[in-house]
Amino acid sequence: MPAPRTNQGVIHDLGYRHYDGPRLGRAHIARALLLESAKGAYGLGRSARSKVMPMLLLAAICLPAFIIAVVAAVTDVDELPADYTSYVLNVQALVMIYVAAQSPALVSRDLRFRVMSLYFSRPLHRIDYVVAKYAAMTTAVFLLMALPLTIMFVGALLAELPIDEQVPDYLRSLGGALLTALVLSGIGLVIAAITPRRGLGVAAIIAVLAVLAGVQGAMQAIAVEENEATVAGYAGLISPFTLVHGVQHAVLGAGSALSEGPPGTIGSVVFVVVTGLVVAGSFGALLLRYRKVAV
Amino acid sequence: MGTRPRAAAGNIAVRRLAAVPLISLPLISTDSLTKKYGQVTAVSELTVEVEPGVIGLIGANGAGKSTLIKMILGLLSPTSGRATVLGLDVVSDGAAIREQVGYMPEHDCLPADVSATEFVVHMARMSGLPRTAARERTADTLRHVGLYEERYRPIGGYSTGMKQRVKLAQALVHDPQLVLLDEPTNGLDPAGRDDMLGLIRRIGTEFGISVLVASHLLGELERVCDHVVVIDAGQLLRSSSTADVTAASQLVAVEVDERTEELTQALQEAGLGVTAVGTLLEVDLLDDSTYDVVRDEVTRLGIGLIRMERRRHRMSEIFTTPVGVTRVDAV
Repeated sequence: MPAPRTNQGVIHDLGYRHYDGPRLGRAHIARALLLESAKGAYGLGRSARSKVMPMLLLAAICLPAFIIAVVAAVTDVDELPADYTSYVLNVQALVMIYVAAQSPALVSRDLRFRVMSLYFSRPLHRIDYVVAKYAAMTTAVFLLMALPLTIMFVGALLAELPIDEQVPDYLRSLGGALLTALVLSGIGLVIAAITPRRGLGVAAIIAVLAVLAGVQGAMQAIAVEENEATVAGYAGLISPFTLVHGVQHAVLGAGSALSEGPPGTIGSVVFVVVTGLVVAGSFGALLLRYRKVAV
Repeated sequence: MGTRPRAAAGNIAVRRLAAVPLISLPLISTDSLTKKYGQVTAVSELTVEVEPGVIGLIGANGAGKSTLIKMILGLLSPTSGRATVLGLDVVSDGAAIREQVGYMPEHDCLPADVSATEFVVHMARMSGLPRTAARERTADTLRHVGLYEERYRPIGGYSTGMKQRVKLAQALVHDPQLVLLDEPTNGLDPAGRDDMLGLIRRIGTEFGISVLVASHLLGELERVCDHVVVIDAGQLLRSSSTADVTAASQLVAVEVDERTEELTQALQEAGLGVTAVGTLLEVDLLDDSTYDVVRDEVTRLGIGLIRMERRRHRMSEIFTTPVGVTRVDAV
């Protein structure tokens, strides 16, 4: 006999409850993956240990900008002691380390632990995963560069430097930062996706970026020495940083901090095409890589 | 009534099932489904239809279980033939199927450095649940699979049994209509295996979620499944309800003191199926008259009847003996 029901406050185990709420589609899922991955690239929502590296790098990359801003604000200057558009070039080592450290965190983990099976058994398509991860890494790297540039801009405003002189170069530098982020994220993610072992990925990315930058610097120096201006200009194609710096100079109209920028109109076109090819090529390579991931 | 017993959540489960028009459709239906990898045929001309419930998919390693599951998920396209899941075509409606289906792979698939809660919330969001709902469903689901305090610790430190529970939780967190479990008892000790099987049974009854559970172990599926599909070398050997199997598997063991061959012959002439197992005779039990025939023949021959007892075949014997399957290992 079941006991008679009473209306006294008793806590019952509700048992299994079904979910009747909304189920969001592919686009929403991809956006959620993008946001979580971008936050993850700064260690947010992850362990305290994974916050150390990105936060240190962010602080390090902002420090020079902060000093520039303070100097501009406290001293009586007509212009900032450094250019917006060459800032990224000057702190490229820090950006490199960030890309090398965080690209594997974004993609290698899912591959190494075979989490991909769980993603692909959900409504998300393979291309959605690639787009979300690429966009997340680009966002993270862009913010890394945009923050110091913005600190400089704010410093300039506090120093009451003429706004109409500051804004164009600030915007150019942001455009350059976005392109740099696209190129670097592409290269970083492709290398990370083919080396699921995290340490290996970090080493491979830093090696590739450092070697490219080294070769570029050496080639340009030799070409300048030999009075080969055209060769010196094209040497900028080799490193992602000088490549984007060239586009920033040729297309966005920023000054060039290099001894030789892209030579002439043809040079400008070549720099733009190469940048486009690197971005499209990285995306294509990622798609190919993820098409092969078994479920 | 006569349906499966439902526990506390019974009302909810029944209401939900009634609200889903798909219930009249077969859960999974395949028609000459074939998958070839180059020269190797993983699944061959498979035609089978199953109703909602707990379904066992039995086969040896390499029999094509995982390939079949991946085709059901719409992740592998069939070489030929067709299949529908919940009324949706696996080739054209893959994404819609994956919204309604949960999948627990056979292999490890959990990152070591996050907690079960963080991981399952993330997977819930990847199934399209909004943030708040993902958190609530994760807490509920982890409780249902039996993960409590440990759910806040990194998964890297979990035992195999706890990891299997997390894998199951991520397959259930979006409240699917069907979960596909690939070898969920792999690597578990006997107690852990019993827990997992009990959980699978509860998913089918209390939660009202259909389950397709693949295993190479026949005995364990016998206990929890309503229906069993047996495949070998990619081909269908058998598809029948567990009740049918049990009913069809009755036999009588007869032991006499002498002239066993003569009795065998006499029973066969009387139209009974007889198999000699050592000194015993196993006689197929058609109905109660079988006992009378055995008694009469023993009396006619004037031999001593030592023993006559009713026996039940284990599913393993049913599936291994008549069709000549040898690669399926029984428990």
